[in-house]
Amino acid sequence: MSTVDQLPTETAGVEEGESMLRRQVREYFRSPLATAATITVATLILMAFFAPLFVPQNPYDLSQLDIMDGLLPPGESTYSGRVLWLGSDEQGRDIYSAILFGLRTSLTVGFLATAIACMLGTIIGVISAYVGGWVDSFVMRVVDLQLSLPSILVALVLLAAFGRGIDKVIAALVIVQWAYYARTVRAAALVERGAEYVEAARCLMLSNTQIVFRHVLPNCMPPIIVVATAQIAHAIALEATLSFLGAGVPVTQPSLGMLIASGYNYLLSGQYWISTYPGVVLVITVGAINLMGDRLRDVLNPRLAN
Amino acid sequence: MHAYVIRRLGQSVFVLIAIALLVFVAIYAIGDPVSTLAPQDATTAELEGVRQRLGLDRPIYVQFFLFLSNAAQGDLGRSFVYGEPALKLVLERFPATLELALLAAFLAVTIGVPLGVYAGLRPDSLGGRGIMVGSIFGFSLPSFWQGLMLILIFAIVLRWVPAGGRGDPGMLLGLQSALFSLDGLRHLLLPAVNLSLFKVALLIRVARAATREVALQDYIVFARAKGLSRTRIVWVHILKNIMIPVITVLGLELGSLIAFAIVTETVFAYPGMGKLLIDSISQLDRPVIVAYLMVTVVVFVLINLLADLAYAAIDPRVRLAGGGKSA
Amino acid sequence: MTTSAPSVARVLPSQETSSHHTAPLRNAVLKVRDLSVAFASRGGALTAVDGVSFNLAAGEVMGIVGESGSGKSVTGLALMGLIGWPGRLTGGSVMLEGEELIGMPESELRRIRGRRMAMILQDPTSTLNPVLRIDTQMIEAIRAHDTVSERAARERVCEMLSRVGIPSPRERMLNYPHQFSGGMRQRIAIAIALLHRPAVLIADEATTALDVSIQAQILAEVQSLAEEAGTAMIWITHDLSVVAGLADRIAVMYAGRLVETGRVDQLLEAPAHPYTAGLIACVPSHNIPGTEVAQIPGSTPSLARLKAGCAFAPRCRRSTAVCGQVPPLVSWGEASERSIRCFHPVIDIGARS
Repeated sequence: MSTVDQLPTETAGVEEGESMLRRQVREYFRSPLATAATITVATLILMAFFAPLFVPQNPYDLSQLDIMDGLLPPGESTYSGRVLWLGSDEQGRDIYSAILFGLRTSLTVGFLATAIACMLGTIIGVISAYVGGWVDSFVMRVVDLQLSLPSILVALVLLAAFGRGIDKVIAALVIVQWAYYARTVRAAALVERGAEYVEAARCLMLSNTQIVFRHVLPNCMPPIIVVATAQIAHAIALEATLSFLGAGVPVTQPSLGMLIASGYNYLLSGQYWISTYPGVVLVITVGAINLMGDRLRDVLNPRLAN
Repeated sequence: MHAYVIRRLGQSVFVLIAIALLVFVAIYAIGDPVSTLAPQDATTAELEGVRQRLGLDRPIYVQFFLFLSNAAQGDLGRSFVYGEPALKLVLERFPATLELALLAAFLAVTIGVPLGVYAGLRPDSLGGRGIMVGSIFGFSLPSFWQGLMLILIFAIVLRWVPAGGRGDPGMLLGLQSALFSLDGLRHLLLPAVNLSLFKVALLIRVARAATREVALQDYIVFARAKGLSRTRIVWVHILKNIMIPVITVLGLELGSLIAFAIVTETVFAYPGMGKLLIDSISQLDRPVIVAYLMVTVVVFVLINLLADLAYAAIDPRVRLAGGGKSA
Repeated sequence: MTTSAPSVARVLPSQETSSHHTAPLRNAVLKVRDLSVAFASRGGALTAVDGVSFNLAAGEVMGIVGESGSGKSVTGLALMGLIGWPGRLTGGSVMLEGEELIGMPESELRRIRGRRMAMILQDPTSTLNPVLRIDTQMIEAIRAHDTVSERAARERVCEMLSRVGIPSPRERMLNYPHQFSGGMRQRIAIAIALLHRPAVLIADEATTALDVSIQAQILAEVQSLAEEAGTAMIWITHDLSVVAGLADRIAVMYAGRLVETGRVDQLLEAPAHPYTAGLIACVPSHNIPGTEVAQIPGSTPSLARLKAGCAFAPRCRRSTAVCGQVPPLVSWGEASERSIRCFHPVIDIGARS
């Protein structure tokens, strides 16, 4: 009987949630800047993911490279007559192809690291908020310590210890980032825990797990989304920086940061294109994601918008 | 006030020891330095000799205990590569990094705060919106690439300033620093701009948010009702209030300026301690890495302490609550 | 004009107040005509102040009484030219000693603010800048208008502080606002407002945030200081009993319009507008013990839901179909000193003029 009574209110809640979501989506796309940023990010992701379809050569298949095509400036043609719109590096690698392959590595690292850090941080944050006591204060002390250290320093020391590799970069980025989510989620969960609907759920004898997954977490989503968007951009930029410093991804799977680093010495002798164009793509990627994050924050948290 | 300072110092020592442990454990995990240091064709006996000379044959807890007791006496071991005390190597490079960070902080405040105040006073104007988009752009420019572009434009194409290195220092009031010579400043300008850009973007946001909040306060309405000029209201009444959040943020960020100097110094081949760290990491020179980290952490702790004191100096409510003179 | 110490706690209406009033019309220092202010909102412009007109004679004290949201504070800010976005002055005229303030360039307006027309705000804890010393905040107020040395300005600050009852002003002026109590801070704000002996002082709920006993002291002091300086006052409040003892005239404001104005004794004794009558009946001490406290049914309308016509009509027992239109302002009495916006006055207002 009681479940029957519950049904109508629950569906009503879902419907209202959907219409709110739709309203927020519409609000989000009202900004032309955010719309342009979203289209840019979607395009970049598609091109990177299907990179082989968009490029004339696999830049890391050595049999496809010709040393005779090395260091050609943008607009020059290769020995075989193909125009290199963005030039080539010292091994005759087409920069445009290398950028798309590099973007793929950069995006993979950025998204994977953020996703793992987000899950890990969320779990720790919820546990911290629910268990409370010394667990909570210990976790928060670690979070404070972690956040007080600059991310670049922590990641650099970790990678110095781990060595190179995509998995190791991701691990380092996760360790750098989890604390942001833990803090955000804990704060949100503490608020939600005291909310009336959670009290109501508890009265209905729902288990803690059920309450957390069906009630608390969905309501923590807005701040998590906002933090995660900013962190993806941050992760991509940080990975590029680490790779530039020689502590990031391996040479066999270069990211945008590595490409830029490989052009460093040529830059000083005026062969600017190897470092410049990958950097432009990196900036556009990070900038567009940041613009999306800014808009998301405004839409999901109207209180902060003004 | 004294009790407050002592309590803060106690916290700082605790942080230092915690970091020392973490650093030691992390660094111990870094590969085998012997293989990089010894000649390629070294025999096992020769390798063992190197190992013994460096104290790497002893158990790790002995190494940690030795490390702690030596560290307390200011001895952080000798560089595997240079054979000199690691701490000395790092401290020799410290002034160069400090100059860079201070100039960057100065640029960040003098550029970021006025822009942020302007954007806060006119949030809906074209200028205000432009400044905000610019600050998002500033956040998104990875500093190493931005440094490369600065070199390309100002050092290679325009040839206005040198592309890297450190200039000859000058003297002022008995202090020797590259900040006091024209050559030194010419070399410092690009790296400092590079290092400051991210903080400019950050301070724009902080100053804008604070200005928007302060501008709505009753005391600003009252100041206008007194007939004060707009200049006086902005430069005294608003600016002095927003300096509280600005100094708080700056205190937290000065430490990260020193950390991010790693990137700037690498890009500009600038002989600071960040460049030393990168070189040491690639050569697995453990004592130098540890010495760098310990020096950095000490600097962080000191900066936080100074920021708190500066905060107290600018906000009379904090200063007087601290137990100083009271009414 | 006698300076009997006003007692705030005094129950209204009171016959004594009539001694305040001198019948012949003095020169108006401030003439306000059709002042209107609108606020931009998502649903379009909201009119917060609608066609407010009144005269203020030299040295006169006028109380503007209204509930929160009636537009009384916005009126005060509009007179000072301090309406900022999203608010906007949509019309009217403010003449200060014969000079039109509306449309005056900001630089000239600045020279009038604080010198010829000053203001005190409601919350003394937020009126003074927390990070500037009292002397800084007062000296800058002097030097914004007068070219004097810092030393001379400091002397004036000291003198003014002692006149508003700050003990040992020479030391205390070196303190920061948070080192003073709320009452002391309001005294300092009053001292700042009166530094230049302005022709008009606008006090917006200036004693509302204070304890009743402090309230009485400060009211008495402001009154005597203003009288001494020949300053006319506009005392904005929601509390009828505050202005009953202080004001020469009262203007009652409702939903952005002045609905009734008149000499304090006449208005309190024989209110003409149903809203004014309701307000007076609501004062608890006016009530006969044992009977239910009178109240006006309903609540202040939100600006967004304001209908055409008399804004009080939905709460008014006397309203009829004609109240769907805005009632015109009708004046009557000796020298037309009373006026009202109502089709159905509570009292017989006699020959309309």
